[in-house]
Amino acid sequence: MTAAAPSRIAVVGASAAGLSVAEGLRRDGYTGRVTLIGDEPHLPYDRPPLSKQLLSGAWDTDRLRLRSAEALEALDLELRLGAAAVALDTGAREVALADGSRVGYDALVVATGVAARRLPGTEGIAGVHVLRTLEDAVGLREQLRPGLRLVIVGAGFVGAEAAAVARELGAEVTMVTDAAVPLADALGPDLGAMLSQVHAEHGVRIMPGVLVDAILAAGGRATGVRLADGRTVEADAVLVGIGAHPNTGWLAASGVPVGNGVECDATLYAGSGVWAAGDVASWLHPRTGRRLRIEHRANAAEQGLAVARNILAGPEHATPFDPVPYVWSDQYDLKIQIYGQLRGCDQVRIVEGSLAERRLTALYGRDGRVRGTVGINMARATRRYRPLVAEQAAWPIAADPDPALSDGPALSDGPAPSDGPAPSGVALSGVALSGRNA
Amino acid sequence: MKISVDFDKCCGAGQCVLAAPDVFDQRDDDGIVVLLDADPPADQYDNVRQAAAVCPAAAIEVHE
Ligand SMILES: Cc1cc2nc3c(=O)[nH]c(=O)nc-3n(C[C@H](O)[C@H](O)[C@H](O)COP(=O)(O)OP(=O)(O)OC[C@H]3O[C@@H](n4cnc5c(N)ncnc54)[C@H](O)[C@@H]3O)c2cc1C
Ligand SMILES: NC(=O)c1ccc[n+]([C@@H]2O[C@H](COP(=O)([O-])OP(=O)(O)OC[C@H]3O[C@@H](n4cnc5c(N)ncnc54)[C@H](O)[C@@H]3O)[C@@H](O)[C@H]2O)c1
Ligand code: SF4
Repeated sequence: MTAAAPSRIAVVGASAAGLSVAEGLRRDGYTGRVTLIGDEPHLPYDRPPLSKQLLSGAWDTDRLRLRSAEALEALDLELRLGAAAVALDTGAREVALADGSRVGYDALVVATGVAARRLPGTEGIAGVHVLRTLEDAVGLREQLRPGLRLVIVGAGFVGAEAAAVARELGAEVTMVTDAAVPLADALGPDLGAMLSQVHAEHGVRIMPGVLVDAILAAGGRATGVRLADGRTVEADAVLVGIGAHPNTGWLAASGVPVGNGVECDATLYAGSGVWAAGDVASWLHPRTGRRLRIEHRANAAEQGLAVARNILAGPEHATPFDPVPYVWSDQYDLKIQIYGQLRGCDQVRIVEGSLAERRLTALYGRDGRVRGTVGINMARATRRYRPLVAEQAAWPIAADPDPALSDGPALSDGPAPSDGPAPSGVALSGVALSGRNA
Repeated sequence: MKISVDFDKCCGAGQCVLAAPDVFDQRDDDGIVVLLDADPPADQYDNVRQAAAVCPAAAIEVHE
């Protein structure tokens, strides 16, 4: 049963993933209608600078534009900005917008991303910030000044990057996290400990291993936070960076499968003409058979292109999405690059540089396979190890990557891991990575 | 085809090098992109479009 080629495609969510779908469709030769629906009033903009160059004041908001006006024009989109999708009727194949209008489609892409998690009971309290949108970042930036007492809740990506910027602007920063070290989830204890030290050297006071319980307020303004162990920390402003949840509320009555995100098959298809891409998309990873949802910028772009390709191929001919995940983070003068999936890795080996130099490449392993690689201030060298991650090479690995691996073509469609014997590798100085305390 | 790169935006991801190794490289020290060929031959156009599309910093612009 091959469905007729779509002539009307609607994309809900006008950010990195949604725009990537639209671009992919045009690049693949689709000439039908593309409606890009977004609830933010802005032309598509990029989020990573929100906790970096925009927050520090180095860039103004214009630099966040994802594409130039000409490039957007050339895509020939029907842009519906400032228009939230409020419901989906998969029978009639229509999206209902907040202004009462409806947009019909043959294929629909959910690219509505995620929203920042908040601490309960903090709505409407002045001085409590999250960091997800342009308005959030501008609002926080206006507060940051020398001497401001800022408490950051959470030491994930938002917390760690904002702490670095806030210190550079002279704020007094206290970071409270239930984990042992910053980016514990992403990096594990050894690199996390180094990161802790870097933050401490820059004057960040880190309070690890404890949850924030509540925000303290007086006269409608935040005055501090209360920790789960009863201690309190005073603050003039609080930034809450405790993760995010998928924007799927508008799909509630649609019948589209929703769990932790829109639940797709391996090809990013959720059934009934609905696809998903970006932070909101949970898909069955073709190699592990397990659900995965990735909240990183490169994934949004890659999934957007994959969905465009698969829509045009049709569900029967769609191909599985099998990426090598990639994320970076900038903190002070550290540039961190991560390929692969580090969560759950219990082996780590530094293959170039050292923790002391704060310049290194590390490989991460689990279940006898290479699962990821991390670079600190070693972007180019670290990329040479990416093929080992793509192939899920046997662990322990040989001392050096095959020189022929350098700058090879993308291996994202690389072969499944072979069961061949491990190359005669050097003995691992295997530092055990304890699992996260989740 | 003309390629312009905003070096200030580049985050050193190297995704462009993976997509179009004949057109992009990275500096050794900080990973910032090096444009090897700002006016590449036609057989590179597809790779370059892919590089611009996947660059997670939106640092690459292609004019055709
Ligand atoms: C401060 C910050 C810094 C980051 N830094 C990095 C980084 O350094 N490296 C990295 O890899 N990743 C980073 N990320 C993550 C990266 O920005 C995301 O992975 C990426 O934005 C995901 O794109 P998306 O299009 O899937 O979702 P989003 O960017 O969340 O976009 C979804 C869009 O859909 C809209 N929307 C939601 N609901 C509706 C609705 N019902 N109707 C219409 N529109 C709707 C939203 O308002 C939004 O505009 C950062 C994120 C943040 C917040
Ligand atoms: N460089 C980057 O990739 C980057 C930068 C900024 C933001 N982002 C994205 O933005 C989103 C949100 O980032 P985030 O940092 O908020 O999420 P996160 O999941 O990276 O980190 C959340 C942190 O908060 C901690 N936490 C949770 N509840 C807590 C509580 N009550 N008290 C104290 N600590 C608590 C968790 O242990 C964790 O360390 C993610 O999608 C992230 O990928 C990415
Ligand atoms: S993909 Fe973009 S961010 Fe990455 S190195 Fe190339 S230009 Fe820089």
